[in-house]
Amino acid sequence: MSKIDLSVNIGSLKLKNPVLLASGTVGYGNEISQLTDISKLGGIVTKSLSLKPRKGNPPQRIVETPSGMLNAIGLANVGVEVFIKEKIPFLKELNTTLICNIAASSIEEYVECVKILTSEETIQAFEINVSCPNVREGGLIFGNDLSSVGRITEQVRAATNKPIIIKLSPNVPKIADFAEIVKKEGGDAVSAINTLVGASFDIYTRKPKIKNVTGGLSGPAIKPVAIAKVLEIKRNVDIPIIGLGGIMNWKDAAEFMIVGASAIQVGTANFINPNAGNEIVDGLEEFCSQQKIIKLSEMIGSYQI
Amino acid sequence: MLIEKSILEAKRQLGERIFQIKLFSPRIAKLAKPGQFCNIKVSESDFPLLRRPFSISNVEGDSIYFLFDIHGEGTKILSEKSLGDELDILGPLGNGFNYDGDYSTAIIVAGGLGSAPFPFLTSKLDKKKVVSFVGARNSSLVLTEDLLNVQAATDDGSLGFKGTVVELLTDYVEKNNLTSFRIFSCGPNPMLKALQQICIERNYDCQISIECAMACGFGICQGCPVETTNGEGYKLVCKDGPVFEAKEVKL
Ligand SMILES: Cc1cc2nc3c(=O)[nH]c(=O)nc-3n(C[C@H](O)[C@H](O)[C@H](O)COP(=O)(O)OP(=O)(O)OC[C@H]3O[C@@H](n4cnc5c(N)ncnc54)[C@H](O)[C@@H]3O)c2cc1C
Ligand SMILES: Cc1cc2nc3c(=O)[nH]c(=O)nc-3n(C[C@H](O)[C@H](O)[C@H](O)COP(=O)(O)O)c2cc1C
Ligand code: FES
Repeated sequence: MSKIDLSVNIGSLKLKNPVLLASGTVGYGNEISQLTDISKLGGIVTKSLSLKPRKGNPPQRIVETPSGMLNAIGLANVGVEVFIKEKIPFLKELNTTLICNIAASSIEEYVECVKILTSEETIQAFEINVSCPNVREGGLIFGNDLSSVGRITEQVRAATNKPIIIKLSPNVPKIADFAEIVKKEGGDAVSAINTLVGASFDIYTRKPKIKNVTGGLSGPAIKPVAIAKVLEIKRNVDIPIIGLGGIMNWKDAAEFMIVGASAIQVGTANFINPNAGNEIVDGLEEFCSQQKIIKLSEMIGSYQI
Repeated sequence: MLIEKSILEAKRQLGERIFQIKLFSPRIAKLAKPGQFCNIKVSESDFPLLRRPFSISNVEGDSIYFLFDIHGEGTKILSEKSLGDELDILGPLGNGFNYDGDYSTAIIVAGGLGSAPFPFLTSKLDKKKVVSFVGARNSSLVLTEDLLNVQAATDDGSLGFKGTVVELLTDYVEKNNLTSFRIFSCGPNPMLKALQQICIERNYDCQISIECAMACGFGICQGCPVETTNGEGYKLVCKDGPVFEAKEVKL
């Protein structure tokens, strides 16, 4: 079993295996590391950071829905300064690939964050969140606009030599167009997908179950949508894809890789099974050995249509 | 905090929709403190998707107890478990009650299922005088097992005092001219709000255990905020709570 090569490349970023933990579902690593061995994972993506701290949306922020959940956290985060001072020292010790996710309300803020953070050695790549559905400024306003995504990619590219991954919104008619513009403007990869806009109401009070009214849908409910989006990108654009959306186990992960994901991220599943990422690594390895696959990366985009 | 697969050792029905379960969970039992909770996966499938949070009701050797009522689908599934079934439990989570200090009387104020954490707390209060005010809508919902010096209050007067536990409490404090006491409370939000108001007005030393929707239960999703009164934004109920000083949070 140990002979199987699980490593994958996301552009110039080399991962020891394709399993990453998704932004907003691992905090800054400290809590979940008490429940799982992060060093065995391909890496983690930290909670979206903005230049200044954000306190986030008022409660209620989450609600469970059929096979999924809605969240409107509102990008609650500690801000770049505290991140560097208080979170990086711990993250440094984790012995895993650290991808730092940035969410901002203006192009200048994205650039500023990346400029400050790029000198932090611990950070190996940036994931740019242009697709958060839960904040008024920024987020989806950028994520739904091709030229904004193009400009953000271009300007962030100019601000760092580290790999740049743009996290795409599924709430668009043609996601491949966005991947295309990311490639054109020098982005190294795309992550697909962020959450889908959803809402849920209480029939007795007739009020929305989350205070923000709409939220982002995640979990198994969105997996078929995510699979279709990854496939759409794969068939149209030559750019590495990090697939996510509803991955609960190794079979889901394998499915994403087959339709074209070079790596995958585990999100909502962490809340239920904090060890899911490691179980997926083991499951993929076992699958490879059964299928006589020597290099896991052979599976990427191996779909038969 | 850890995940422990725990075997259901005993199950008792305490009311029409109220159950107590006992699980063999030696590692969690060893770490648990009164007021902490566990996040329980009630099924092996993806339905329901999220874990369900429950206060640790008591600890006995290697076993832990939970007390719950059937609320929706998740608690219904939990109530249907059989002896010998294995449950996946994450815990102990959060910060419990702080019961150290040189006050002389510990006053427990519980509403409905809010009694859940207090058998465990009571077992640790052997150096204090303990009084317990336990309320509910009607007598069948008043849970007093393993509590000490109980006085009940019901909305309909079917058991004990007709009124609220908060009235019982203030009455007791005034009649006995109590000065050295600490209040520990858990229950529905309206009750906690009323209690909180009294405690702030009269400067009573009071800790409340609060509930809200949760996804992870251990601080990674940011889904469980409660606003603080000092204007510094939100704290997380799961990680910073579920027990707070009554004056610390906005309900
Ligand atoms: C820290 C903590 C300790 C608890 N301790 C106990 C206990 O000891 N005994 C007991 O009977 N119950 C307790 N509860 C409440 C218990 O968790 C809920 O009754 C249970 O989750 C209901 O699940 P269900 O599937 O049956 O209900 P459903 O209504 O079908 O689903 C519950 C859904 O609503 C959400 N939810 C749960 N509680 C709330 C809330 N207060 N406000 C808004 N949404 C909520 C959950 O996230 C879940 O997704 C506690 C809750 C918390 C947060
Ligand atoms: C509670 C919660 C918070 C999230 N916060 C962020 C975030 O800060 N930044 C981000 O890029 N994505 C965030 N996401 C989106 C996830 O990273 C992921 O794209 C999405 O949940 C789909 O994957 P999943 O179904 O595996 O959860 C969040 C998701 C959840 C459920
Ligand atoms: S429930 Fe996830 S942070 Fe509190």
